[in-house]
Amino acid sequence: MADLATTFAGIRSPNPFWLASAPPTDKEYNVVRAFEAGWGGVVWKTLGEEGPPVVNVNGPRYAALYGSDRRLIGFNNIELITDRPLALNLQEITRVKRNWPDRAVVVSLMVPCEEMSWKRILPMVEDTGCDGVELNFGCPHGMSERGMGSAVGQVPEYIEMVTRWCKQYSKLPVIVKLTPNITDIRHPARAAKQGGADAVSLINTINSIIGVDLDTLLINPHTGATGSHGGYCGPAVKPIAQNMVAEIARDRQTAGLPISGIGGITTWKDAAEFIALGAGNLQVCTAVMTYGLRIVQDMIDGLANYLDAKGLASVGALLGRALPSIVDWNLLDLNHVDKAVIDQALCIQCGRCHVVCEDTSHQAITATKDDKRHFEVIEEQCVGCNLCVSVCPVPDCLTLKALAPGQIDKRTGKVVSGEYANWTTHPNNPSATPA
Amino acid sequence: MASTDIRGGRLSAGQYLDNFADAHPPLTPTQARIESERCYYCFDAPCTAACPTGIDIPSFIRRISEDNLRGAARAILEQNVFGGMCARVCPTEVLCEQACVRNASEDKPVEIGLLQRHATDHLMAHPGAPLFKRARATGKRVAVVGAGPSGLACAHRLALLGHRVVVLDSHPKPGGLNEYGLARYKTPGDFAQEEIAWLLSIGGIEIQYGRLLGRDLTLDELGSDYDAVFLAIGLAGVNALGLAGEQLGGVENAVDFIARLRQATDFSLLPIGRRVLVIGGGMTAVDAAVQSRRLGAEEVTIVYRRGQEQMPASHHEQAWAQNNGVLIRTWSALKKLHARDGWVTGAAFATVREQGGRLVETGETWTADADMVFKAIGQTLDAGTTAGIELQRGRIRVDAHGRTSRPGVWAGGDCTLGGKDLTVEGVEHGKIAAHSIDAALRGGAAPPQGAPTCNRARRFAA
Repeated sequence: MADLATTFAGIRSPNPFWLASAPPTDKEYNVVRAFEAGWGGVVWKTLGEEGPPVVNVNGPRYAALYGSDRRLIGFNNIELITDRPLALNLQEITRVKRNWPDRAVVVSLMVPCEEMSWKRILPMVEDTGCDGVELNFGCPHGMSERGMGSAVGQVPEYIEMVTRWCKQYSKLPVIVKLTPNITDIRHPARAAKQGGADAVSLINTINSIIGVDLDTLLINPHTGATGSHGGYCGPAVKPIAQNMVAEIARDRQTAGLPISGIGGITTWKDAAEFIALGAGNLQVCTAVMTYGLRIVQDMIDGLANYLDAKGLASVGALLGRALPSIVDWNLLDLNHVDKAVIDQALCIQCGRCHVVCEDTSHQAITATKDDKRHFEVIEEQCVGCNLCVSVCPVPDCLTLKALAPGQIDKRTGKVVSGEYANWTTHPNNPSATPA
Repeated sequence: MASTDIRGGRLSAGQYLDNFADAHPPLTPTQARIESERCYYCFDAPCTAACPTGIDIPSFIRRISEDNLRGAARAILEQNVFGGMCARVCPTEVLCEQACVRNASEDKPVEIGLLQRHATDHLMAHPGAPLFKRARATGKRVAVVGAGPSGLACAHRLALLGHRVVVLDSHPKPGGLNEYGLARYKTPGDFAQEEIAWLLSIGGIEIQYGRLLGRDLTLDELGSDYDAVFLAIGLAGVNALGLAGEQLGGVENAVDFIARLRQATDFSLLPIGRRVLVIGGGMTAVDAAVQSRRLGAEEVTIVYRRGQEQMPASHHEQAWAQNNGVLIRTWSALKKLHARDGWVTGAAFATVREQGGRLVETGETWTADADMVFKAIGQTLDAGTTAGIELQRGRIRVDAHGRTSRPGVWAGGDCTLGGKDLTVEGVEHGKIAAHSIDAALRGGAAPPQGAPTCNRARRFAA
């Protein structure tokens, strides 16, 4: 069986599944139960400065976006950093780490953007015996309005400065948690690396309003008569997170910087995809807040089976394996031709492929044949766009098949050459360079 | 009557209550939401094509999933004004649900009938503002004979199109078979009347009770008093067994038994035999047999001349009967009723087989003891009432628009030829005929803008 043990930024854990800094890691009781359930590590919920802790609202802190059968697909929160006294948290962290030496315990931090604040808190955190710190430069609600969280994460210069302080005042590995509420994720990642970060973790939550209560016309969630935008996470943000992880992994300036993947990870498949895109380990929150702690066993089992089936001995062997397949658009092979194919034996005759192609795309799927209901791809019209495949309710019924070199593309009448050619050399490109 | 055991009060009050409660309880809101999300929203949906009234099923189901129950009900009722009753009594397993594409992928269709009930029940409980608006009055008057589903569907559509309608019915209550002809557990409570009260709330429809065509009024009178006539008189006659002993005590028409049960307020007062034979193989036979069991009969047997495959009752109905402890015996022809002191005591049957399309006796016979025998071998048109109108195979012949051979007279429902004598077909006949009548009364002028349309014609093969 594949070995799931990982060493991330020098921090060892029996498996790559950590609980992200969030409500599930706010106290000893939860973290101990997480370790009992099998989680490889935790990032303790963000600690703030010494003094009176922040306070949370006493109304709803969360709200959900649902898919069919009321499956939670998106989640939004307005909870702040820990609202428990710093001393209590440090005490519990110390005890947990002592009792669970094989698990990763990383402490998330968020203090004002002043050198003294970081200089003051870091030794206290180091005294707990924890394995590292994660700098919360991502939280987009509440704390950001006080000049912390994503307010820092949105300014690369601040990221670099604070990271440098942390490396200066602590021997611990420093993980910088990035906010997705920016234009280009590579800039904050480069700044973190510049400041000496041992790793980055991403994504934090995305600014969001989950919805409006149509009876009262109040935003959701609302506390009494008002609500506030919150941080969005859960399965729906996974594609955004994966792109950002891959962007950093592909960037020459940050090459080799360990990435802790966060964003909608719910199943072993999600985890495997993140790893293949360059994430050295995974952080999970919404999934446990939806289903409870025991899902980690399903994730461990699924990932190990997958690695075994692929003949991969470790998580590291999967790391970044999908990255070579990611290029900029202008390098895509414009001579490659796909056509949709409907497996008539699997087709259940719902006609959704036809209606979407007919109404919104290329009129490339029939509705009838010999006056009978029949759905078939019209190759002369099909551009291989994958819309029909995307909406077909039956797995494997609709697929794209590539034309082999020498075959004729009935849409263009041209023979498929089999030779790679991209936009940079395409005659329609005014700035093309000769091939 | 030592030999016959026919009596009421076979069960406790609680048992009667349970036995005649809703046989297929409605979906809870949660069940309805989950079920509605199973609908794929098919293009040119096969379920809609399979619905005799052409309800846009994907739309109404999508509206349920979007918490728009009123809109869902509108999508149903604008095509089928008896959508509530049809949701209860349609053999969906051979109509919409048989066509559901989910059968192909998982052998489990979307529960369209139950979802339709969910939406229409909501509207009946929360009618709100009128769902439909009548077109400007045309000044035309139409007579509808028969206040069953076909007649009232026609009346409603005519009213919607701006005409005034007088419905004439021989019974003291409206509804036809909805009121007198359905198993009690299919329509518990007073749903048939509630639905009709809602239907009539559109206005412009007057119902005259105790008016029987052929006795109290004639077609000629109707023809001269009204601008058009729609006949939806059903099948008032019952086929006889054609044997000695039809008048014996304990021998009864199944339809009369079903009607009596529907109107009963105290089930314990309904006498039922300990052993019951039901002769026939349609839904009437099933309804009579199952209700006999539910009144406490110990042994109930349906006897049908041909095999189960040929029974007009659907497989679903047959299984329902069998799950209720009804024995179905096939390939048996009734030969003789046994009697003592004027009461039936049993029957003798000949075993038959099919030979060249005809049934021939095999020479084997069997007998069964019985305290009651219900006749359910089909109903007939009372031909005396429709003098001057062309019939075909004992029913009124109509064209694709519901027109009879007599100018100015349309017909629909069970009294006409074609289809399976389903409620939902009768509703569609009424709707189609209403549009045909409307077109005739407008003399070719276009119906007002925004008026409902009907692009379908009768397509139910005999």
